[in-house]
Amino acid sequence: MSSHVAHDATDYAPPAEVGEMELYHPKTFIGKYIWSQDAKVIAIQYAITAIGIGLVALVLSWLMRLQLAWPNEFSFINPSNYLQFVSMHGMIMVIYLLTALFLGGFGNYLIPLMVGARDMVFPYVNMLSFWVYLFAVLLLVASFFVPGGPTGAGWTLYPPQVILEGTPGATWGIILMMLSLIVFIIGFTMGGLNYVVTVLQARARGMTMMRLPLTIWGIFMATILALLAFPALFVSAIMMLLDLLLGTSFFMPAIISRGQELDYVGGSPILFQHLFWFFGHPEVYIVALPAFGIVSDLISVHARKNIFGYRMMVWAILIIGGLSFIVWAHHMYVSGMNPYFGFFFATTTLIIAIPTAIKVYNWVLTLWRGNIHLTVPMLFAIGFIFTFVNGGLTGLFLGNVTIDLPLSDTMFVVAHFHMVMAIAPIMVVFGAIYHWYPKITGRMLNDTLGQIHFWITFVGSYAIYYPMHYLGFMGVPRRYYAIQGTSFIPESAHTLNVAITVAALVVGAAQILFLYNLVASYFRGRPAGGNPWDATTLEWQTPETPPGHGNFGKQLPVVYRWAYDYSVPDVKEDFIPQNVPPNEVAAGNWIKSTRAPA
Amino acid sequence: MTITLVFLALLMGAIVWWLLRQTVNVQPWRAELAVQDAHPAVLARPAAKLALWMFLAVATSLFALFISAYAMRLSYLDWRPLPQPRLLMVNTAILIVASLAMEWTAFAARRGDVENVRRGLVASGLLTAAFLVGQFAVWRQLGAAGYFMTTSAATAFFYLLTAVHGAHVLGGLVAWARSAARAWGGADPARLRMGVELCAIYWHFLLVVWVVLFAVLASNYLGLSICSPDVPL
Repeated sequence: MSSHVAHDATDYAPPAEVGEMELYHPKTFIGKYIWSQDAKVIAIQYAITAIGIGLVALVLSWLMRLQLAWPNEFSFINPSNYLQFVSMHGMIMVIYLLTALFLGGFGNYLIPLMVGARDMVFPYVNMLSFWVYLFAVLLLVASFFVPGGPTGAGWTLYPPQVILEGTPGATWGIILMMLSLIVFIIGFTMGGLNYVVTVLQARARGMTMMRLPLTIWGIFMATILALLAFPALFVSAIMMLLDLLLGTSFFMPAIISRGQELDYVGGSPILFQHLFWFFGHPEVYIVALPAFGIVSDLISVHARKNIFGYRMMVWAILIIGGLSFIVWAHHMYVSGMNPYFGFFFATTTLIIAIPTAIKVYNWVLTLWRGNIHLTVPMLFAIGFIFTFVNGGLTGLFLGNVTIDLPLSDTMFVVAHFHMVMAIAPIMVVFGAIYHWYPKITGRMLNDTLGQIHFWITFVGSYAIYYPMHYLGFMGVPRRYYAIQGTSFIPESAHTLNVAITVAALVVGAAQILFLYNLVASYFRGRPAGGNPWDATTLEWQTPETPPGHGNFGKQLPVVYRWAYDYSVPDVKEDFIPQNVPPNEVAAGNWIKSTRAPA
Repeated sequence: MTITLVFLALLMGAIVWWLLRQTVNVQPWRAELAVQDAHPAVLARPAAKLALWMFLAVATSLFALFISAYAMRLSYLDWRPLPQPRLLMVNTAILIVASLAMEWTAFAARRGDVENVRRGLVASGLLTAAFLVGQFAVWRQLGAAGYFMTTSAATAFFYLLTAVHGAHVLGGLVAWARSAARAWGGADPARLRMGVELCAIYWHFLLVVWVVLFAVLASNYLGLSICSPDVPL
């Protein structure tokens, strides 16, 4: 093909016209920071809301741990609000923190900047998406203040118990929970359509799909998964609400509650489980895929080496996304199913290990012989590889029917999913914040505080979850308010619980350090300059830091290369930004000091 | 869930095919001086249209899941079908004509014939409203015969599926109203054309969904259905 030109070609390609988009120009403070249509501001709004509600969930986890370590010591914890803490902690962390932060936060900030666009394709809908999300969060928070409090049915919300008297929050709590989820899904769909269309339609000249940074691939595929999987939660929320409010029997079987026969007849609780997990399993990858993408970029930038097997990485993301839709019933082994189904779902579950392992190998091979800079983002990226592999391996245990049955509903499960989808993605969240904070604010985060934050969080997470595996093997059940008087659980298990709680309190407190760092560095941090990590992707090449309205000044960038030109042989600098043309490199004119703004 | 899986398999097939085209013969690590523009057809494709197709994929996922839930519930022994109101056939015919009217309107919009666009919008709007009224009348008929949402699993699914489809039709009428405002407000012809074309795509989608739902509701070939002609109204 004639368009393939070697590095040393010197003829000049003039930047052609790129379709410019009309930008919304805010005139007032409120227009700029509150009702903003700028994806960067919306991203910050999403992030602050998500982190704020995440802190509530963090406190809930402290309360749970206090109860487990010192049962009956605290007058403000009783069995029913313990269950409420468990349920709300899970729901908030999975949906309102991780999903919203990765897609609404990082997605909004990074997609337009990394693909070289002025903004999202539909800025108004984008703004609406945030406000609808905020409304969903407020509905969720409201459920703490209604009679009966929030739902205590577990984050999986299994019927029939979820709407039966006796479960905490079985009326108002669950109604608000369902409404909040429905509103969240509507808001997410608005944002999600935006992310997908922006990636497909608004890329800068020369930015082919195969030149996209893996961060964008991860967010892009996760958004597609979410768009297709959230409807399952939507459907089950609507049918559940109808069962509760109108008395239909979609999920509710004929049942006797507290000695009274209820009006329900013939519904199927298993149907709910199928619908819920049809959403619930892809949800794991909705959180994991952006993390995979971001961590690939962090590793490549901070190891000064191109990502190993870029195309393989893209395909692995796609295959993981596809497979995630046909494994859902591995959450339902204990619900009973045809053994052949169990065999099928165990097989598909184990097959996911293949593309996932490919990704892990590629990260490690990228590090191999790289010029590894142990910056804080890199520490978190390496921490992610450890925790993710750890959680992934226990997934192989739980994916097998025969091993899952005895381990189901024990602390082993809690340890597994926290390692793989709580600690691992949150490591990436931290790494990403340390990495992009200089671009967002123009200032570096404090390095010493960052190192302390990393080591406490990383070691502390192991101190929390590693012992939980042993508790699980002993048969300590999850979700139980107290386990005293149970002969098969030895005294040492209680001691272990105390140790876990101490670790959890310490790790939680370390996050306050992180928040302090975020706030203090905003005012007193070292000025970062435009490209402190010497990175290649477009967001680091903006004329202003933080990027101004419209991101790229007068002219949109033109892209000549992929995002991973680090340590290219025979080039003076150890990185070449995506918008540096090959002839500039060949002529020896590419020097970073001439490009990167001071 | 088989139905949903078939839908997803088709979708995944499309994505894999598309990704293959992006990756085959591409060496992303090579820098290129000459900037390859996207295919002209891709550049000319309006973002709004792509967004609508994406939304339709989401909506299809939603309906596929509702139908999957129905298919799973169907296998229970206590399934009792409800009568099949004749009006459903009439409503289906009305929706078909509404969809055709929308297509005709889009055709007029492409020629820049504002007069006929207005006529077409009035016709399709009235027909769509008539469809909704017809669906409501079906509910009234069934209600009068004692089939309420809580009567049995079949009635619950009947009301649920028709209500979800009706809600999508109502949403379509919002878009219709925006196009109408453009048609009478003397908007830029290109914008009017875009609005009408998007409406037309959405109307065809609603029609296809309704035909599938109607088959699910009324066809005995799948085994038991929700509505059976054997049950007197």
